[in-house]
Amino acid sequence: MQRMDMSLQEVAAMYELECTIGLEVHAELKTATKIFCGCKNEFGAEPNTHVCPVCLGLPGALPRLNSKVCDFAVKMGHALGCEINPVSRMDRKNYFYPDLPKAYQISQSDIPLCGRGRLDIIVDGDIRTVGITRIHIEEDAGKLIHDDDFAGTLCDYNRCGVPLIEIVTEPDLHSSREAYVFLENIRSILRYIDISDCKMQEGSIRCDVNVSVHEKGTPLGERCELKNVNSFSAAVRGIEYEIKRQKDIISSGCMVERETRRWDDKKGISTVMRSKENLQDYRFFPEPDLGAIVLEHERIERLRDEIPELPNKKMIRYVIEHGMNCDEAFVIADSPDKAKLYDECVALSICKPRSAANRILGDVTKFMNDTGRSIADTPLTAEALSELCKAAEDGVISSTGAKRVFIELVTKGGDTAEIIERLGLAQNSDEGFLNEIAEKVISDNEKSVSDYIGGKSNALGYLVGQAMKLSKGRADPAKLKSILENKLKKEN
Amino acid sequence: MKLYEKSAYEIAAMLRSRKCSAKELLHDVMGRARELQPRLNAYITFNDQAENAAENADRLIAKGGDIPPLCGIPIAVKDNISTKGLRTTCASKMLENYIPPYSATAVELLEAAGAVIIGKTNMDEFAMGSASDTGAFGAVYNPADTAYSAGGSSGGSAAAVAGGGAVLALGSDTGGSVRQPASFCGAVGFCPSYGAVSRFGLIAFASSLDRIGSIGRNVRDVHMLHNIINASDIKDVTHIPKKFSKTLCGSLKGMRIGVPKELFDEYISDEVKSAVMNAVKLMERAGAIIKEVFLPSASAAVKAYYIISSAEASSNLARYDGVRYGFRADNCTTPAEMFRKSRTEGFGDEVKRRILLGTFVLSEGCFDRYYKRAAALRQKLCGEFDDIFTECDFIAAPVYPNAGILHGAERKPAELYAADICTVPSSLGGLPAVSIPCGRAGNGLPIGLQLIGRRCGDEELLDAAYGYELAGGGCDV
Repeated sequence: MQRMDMSLQEVAAMYELECTIGLEVHAELKTATKIFCGCKNEFGAEPNTHVCPVCLGLPGALPRLNSKVCDFAVKMGHALGCEINPVSRMDRKNYFYPDLPKAYQISQSDIPLCGRGRLDIIVDGDIRTVGITRIHIEEDAGKLIHDDDFAGTLCDYNRCGVPLIEIVTEPDLHSSREAYVFLENIRSILRYIDISDCKMQEGSIRCDVNVSVHEKGTPLGERCELKNVNSFSAAVRGIEYEIKRQKDIISSGCMVERETRRWDDKKGISTVMRSKENLQDYRFFPEPDLGAIVLEHERIERLRDEIPELPNKKMIRYVIEHGMNCDEAFVIADSPDKAKLYDECVALSICKPRSAANRILGDVTKFMNDTGRSIADTPLTAEALSELCKAAEDGVISSTGAKRVFIELVTKGGDTAEIIERLGLAQNSDEGFLNEIAEKVISDNEKSVSDYIGGKSNALGYLVGQAMKLSKGRADPAKLKSILENKLKKEN
Repeated sequence: MKLYEKSAYEIAAMLRSRKCSAKELLHDVMGRARELQPRLNAYITFNDQAENAAENADRLIAKGGDIPPLCGIPIAVKDNISTKGLRTTCASKMLENYIPPYSATAVELLEAAGAVIIGKTNMDEFAMGSASDTGAFGAVYNPADTAYSAGGSSGGSAAAVAGGGAVLALGSDTGGSVRQPASFCGAVGFCPSYGAVSRFGLIAFASSLDRIGSIGRNVRDVHMLHNIINASDIKDVTHIPKKFSKTLCGSLKGMRIGVPKELFDEYISDEVKSAVMNAVKLMERAGAIIKEVFLPSASAAVKAYYIISSAEASSNLARYDGVRYGFRADNCTTPAEMFRKSRTEGFGDEVKRRILLGTFVLSEGCFDRYYKRAAALRQKLCGEFDDIFTECDFIAAPVYPNAGILHGAERKPAELYAADICTVPSSLGGLPAVSIPCGRAGNGLPIGLQLIGRRCGDEELLDAAYGYELAGGGCDV
């Protein structure tokens, strides 16, 4: 660290420090086979069982590119509005590490599959635009296992050659909160377009974080790269730590130096991996074993057509057009299942969008959380759900009744009205039905009727009770009461 | 004439007419190979399964019906081509005990065609060198005169074939490694178009240049071998679809042969120049039309070649780190130390020199100055070849500036590299090239004529080489 001479004013300006964050998100793609060979792309197998000469980098073995990997990456490119390069290339990134069997990673350097794009996200009610620098494809490395029963380190090469995309952002994020929301959005999109499982605990989505702190209105400061960030919440903690560390350095009159740091989430600290003097030189050069990747216009457009409306756009639509708050909009938009159900309910316009949203935020979300099941795995349809919402809106069933109907719909399926009927849950407010009952009660209870007409107003209570009995409790008592009153007035 | 002196064509006919058995043939050739081994050191490993393969071939022949073309023919395989279950060392201490779990596509094709793999031939370590003397298993000696090198890097394959220790052999050619040793030993060495033979299983030196080539004692034999290994393979995406092979007819009538001035420059010794020019005249008498052509980038091509090949080598050879297979240094405490010590102890000097050179030219700040310029030069050179082939069908040139390399002579690496001027241009262009004997020097060593063809014009090129042979070309013209 270098000491700087600072005036008091300059020290005061420290309170105007601003942080700038850029992310590199790596996501494993869920193709059936690996990127350069026919080995299964599957998590959790016995160590070193999904390997072959190609992914083990045995002498003489050659890679061949799995075209599905390009398709998946291009879809992500479309989802983030990226320019798609019709001709791109694979390059070698050279470095030594025991988990990298060829001692180079086949990646993309100069010409990635996808170029510039953007992602609009909502952070605490405001729309923010995050620039995407590029998306490229590459192979994953193996895994080193440190086993207490074994003195050395064990290598599992099953993960070698698992396809990855790396999404690189512009330095457009300014807080850990923004970074977190961005990462959540990326995860939703990956799930929406169905190219990654995004299972944190399996390491299928990871990120590197670049942080730099600088005085507002001055050029960006030196950045530090944080590696080994294995969850979104770890990203938040790592960023907070790094911002504080850099602010402390600047406040003490020193300068932040460019370095790569390793985040230790357990201890909550980062440590230097590589300082500026020995930053890695990866010696990129074109991969001679693979030809250029050429994407025909038709293929690029076909993949564009496969992109559904994405969660960040949905969220913005739900907030602006449907009046949801951000949290509500996120819960629905984040899940392709819930969003599909909601959008279908809205399209059917059987019930009010608000009641469908409430039902999804409540019963549907609870059911999914409790059972871990997705809606697609249940017999629940948007139409049935809309009918249920409508019945509740119209007061046909009570709120507890509605919950019972929902459970029936989501577990067994069926017609909403039929279920209400079968379970006897209707709070009947049908005028005709109520009239019939009222007339029957009046003709059956002459004594009470004459008592009422004679001025004994509490006789009405008895009559209403009789009528409720007759409806087996299904009639809406308030409506029934007013119908009886009207009829008795006429008798008078 | 001994069996081992006969051509593959004659042997194939003899096997089919039961004039000899595959087993007898193997004994004869293997016997010759073992007899020569102390003098030539052409082999690193003999295949102890060869006898079984020969017996299988005999059973196939006895059964009659469709007999595969190479059935029973003993073939040597350069030791950088993977053979399942048979040690493949690249003549390096690094892979001294490496037994591949799979075979190269070319080897699978040979086996499917009934060939008997006799053994793995000696070479320069990882195919880096010009005299087959950089390896961990000692140098290879020239059957014509053991004071001289067999050439390199496929010296073992060329010496084995020329001496009778194999009927045919596979070599590999990155910058001349099939053509040059073939010319030194008096054999025919064919380096096909880049991509004509699958590289799958060929242990990489420089991926954008490496090719598996065929070595034999005459053009027809080489053509026969090439036809087997020139087959489509999805495992190598740089592979080009197979073209239909044709029967060689050997007519040179009307063929336009370009003679590039730059490849007959002051580098080239007088006796090589005159032997090659005599060969050109012979082809002219056989009906060919000779033209002077220009390849201005020839000498720059050598530099570009050493930059590109070393860059690729530095990356290709990085996998030898002692972790999974191959040599591992003892008593290392950290992975970094294990990498460093294993590579320091496992590689020889020439390999280290190329790795250092390659690492340098790819490093930050050097990439644009070296690698990019070399790649641009390569493009320019390809353009010059294209221009030549608009007015010519073939190019004729020497293979190497001198007739042979003396063993033990002091040589500076830069001078040795510069001597590759005749072979590396076609390597960078991906063009097919063949070396055919065209005379002897005063020291008695054979001299080779190089013919270079259009990209993918492999068949036409071999036909022209055959034409030269028919016209009376060869070692002892």
